[in-house]
Amino acid sequence: MPEIRNFTLNFGPQHPAAHGVLRLVLEMDGEVIERADPHIGLLHRATEKLAESKPYNQSIPYMDRLDYVSMMCSEHGYVRAIEKLLGIEAPIRAQYIRTMFDEITRILNHLMWLGTHALDVGAMTVFLYAFREREDLMDCYEAVSGTRMHAAYYRPGGVYRDLPEQMPQYQASQWVTGRDVEVRNQARQGSLLDFIEDFCNRFPGLVDEYETLLTDNRIWKQRTVGIAVVSPERAMQLGFTGPMLRGSGIAWDLRKKQSYAAYDKVDFDIPVGKEGDCYDRYLVRIEELRQSNRIIQQCIDWLRKNPGPVMLDDNKITVPSRNEMKDDMESLIHHFKLFTEGFCPPVGEAYAAVEAPKGEFGCYIISDGANKPYRLKIRAPGFPHLAAMDEMVKGHMLADVVAVIGSMDVVFGEIDR
Amino acid sequence: MSSGAQNGMPDRLDRLAENLTQAFNDIGCQVERSNGEATLVVPVECLSDVAMRLREDDSFGFQELIDICGVDYSTYGQSEWQTDSAPNTGFGRGVLPIGQGVLPIGQLESMQSNRFAAVYHLLSISNNCRLRLRVFVDTEHPIVASVVSVWQSANWFEREAFDLYGILFDGHPDLRRILTDYGFIGHPFRKDFPLIGQVEMRYDPHLARVIYEPVSIDPRTLVPRVTRDDNRYLNEDNATQDASDA
Repeated sequence: MPEIRNFTLNFGPQHPAAHGVLRLVLEMDGEVIERADPHIGLLHRATEKLAESKPYNQSIPYMDRLDYVSMMCSEHGYVRAIEKLLGIEAPIRAQYIRTMFDEITRILNHLMWLGTHALDVGAMTVFLYAFREREDLMDCYEAVSGTRMHAAYYRPGGVYRDLPEQMPQYQASQWVTGRDVEVRNQARQGSLLDFIEDFCNRFPGLVDEYETLLTDNRIWKQRTVGIAVVSPERAMQLGFTGPMLRGSGIAWDLRKKQSYAAYDKVDFDIPVGKEGDCYDRYLVRIEELRQSNRIIQQCIDWLRKNPGPVMLDDNKITVPSRNEMKDDMESLIHHFKLFTEGFCPPVGEAYAAVEAPKGEFGCYIISDGANKPYRLKIRAPGFPHLAAMDEMVKGHMLADVVAVIGSMDVVFGEIDR
Repeated sequence: MSSGAQNGMPDRLDRLAENLTQAFNDIGCQVERSNGEATLVVPVECLSDVAMRLREDDSFGFQELIDICGVDYSTYGQSEWQTDSAPNTGFGRGVLPIGQGVLPIGQLESMQSNRFAAVYHLLSISNNCRLRLRVFVDTEHPIVASVVSVWQSANWFEREAFDLYGILFDGHPDLRRILTDYGFIGHPFRKDFPLIGQVEMRYDPHLARVIYEPVSIDPRTLVPRVTRDDNRYLNEDNATQDASDA
């Protein structure tokens, strides 16, 4: 009789379904997973150590590069921790802008997740649809910050600048001419808010479109229903947050429970799953797309009616305007000191968390009174989620590993840091 | 923060701090309050008991461990650039790496004898509140009890703290490195580990393999670390101290 033994399979780090650089060592009994051991750190850049060597403001762009599909949410967590340390709060208009862009980011993130998750499981079309909408939202990022992804738009004390009155337009070129340019520019005639409003009006219909492709799809359900079931007790034990926790039936959302920015002033619901399997997590995230859309619409209404400052007027912390700087000696000094040295928060420590699309993103800063953080710890939501890999895939087939990674929504920028 | 006040956070925090003092004061734990957050400083030998009670006792109900963070307090309060005695030749912006001899301004005595600390962030979903635990760890033998049996999520967090700071977690099922490279030497987040690292890696065409060499670039500080004692941030302790000095 031949000897039967388990064998070890290396999944990644160059596997398209590994969502980045995940090396997963799987111990298999036939096609059944006995043990999964994720090896991470292939994208480790020591962001936290780098932050210790830079003034506070210079680390904001690093936050974009952590979770590179939900950029502004990571910035928000970091900026909020600094604000807590300094004991300041951004003006109300900045809070609404942050709320709106957090939700735009959530849609960006969930579209990316939906597209790639579906692609991994075998549905090609959703990916193309999702990226079509992401393009519009990237344009919002660009209009407001000048970059499509790594915005560095949130600053301690507010946001970098107010929303632009004009939306940038497409120019005719060798490849796009005449009528095509007009069609592309149709929604871009007004301000950024008009553009976002147009998007919000279209978006619920587009979510329906994704749902017709997946929600009742037989293959999709066969691949996700009953896969990687996590009970509420286990979810808490494993440190789950965000959609992973809500998918297991716990109605926990920092936006409601420990409200920040303008979330206590807008109306929205928290979707909760029942079974705690991959399909429930899918449904939760789809509903979050719709709820985010609702929040954005309320923010647009408010922002239209309430002009005002978007940055705190305290030049010890925020930069004076260009005009002031050229006219006023004191502003020039402030400007110089802020850019060559930065501000020094008081001695102390602060932890601030935001509900990032993937779960709780938190920043813990220890300050010894210097212009650089003494220690910055980034609490990435994906880290404990991926740590639960072994428990979630045990006893499932190899093909289910792909579905589980997809439903975790992991991004290695934040896990490896 | 005002948003916290609307949620009734301060009340809950008061109650929590009271409960904590009642439950853990006799074993030497201290409750600290700052920035609307509560911190419990736990003696290293009591960590497992405290952790278990924080999870099991319904008045605490900390079902979730959010984060574990290692800290190295060895250069706390030191600045790289002293401006007290201004030379008449002007300032050079370049500075040397942090040296010894600058007094730490920290308020914690434990920091002197205990270089490292492990900081735990807990979340109670049932009571909607947060708590931070700080455990100072011995400099020579940085060992602390593992809390994996209390919170499963501690597993990777503890591996990370071990990897980056060399803090050992007694009772951890599988204490391996996690973020650094296979075969990495040292604990990179310690303050005496250079920011640029110690080795660099390149492909050697003659040997036809990847080789490691000592780093060839010099470390450079672009913005010096400075401490400005800002009047606005004088807290009450300092203020009273100043008054008594005068």
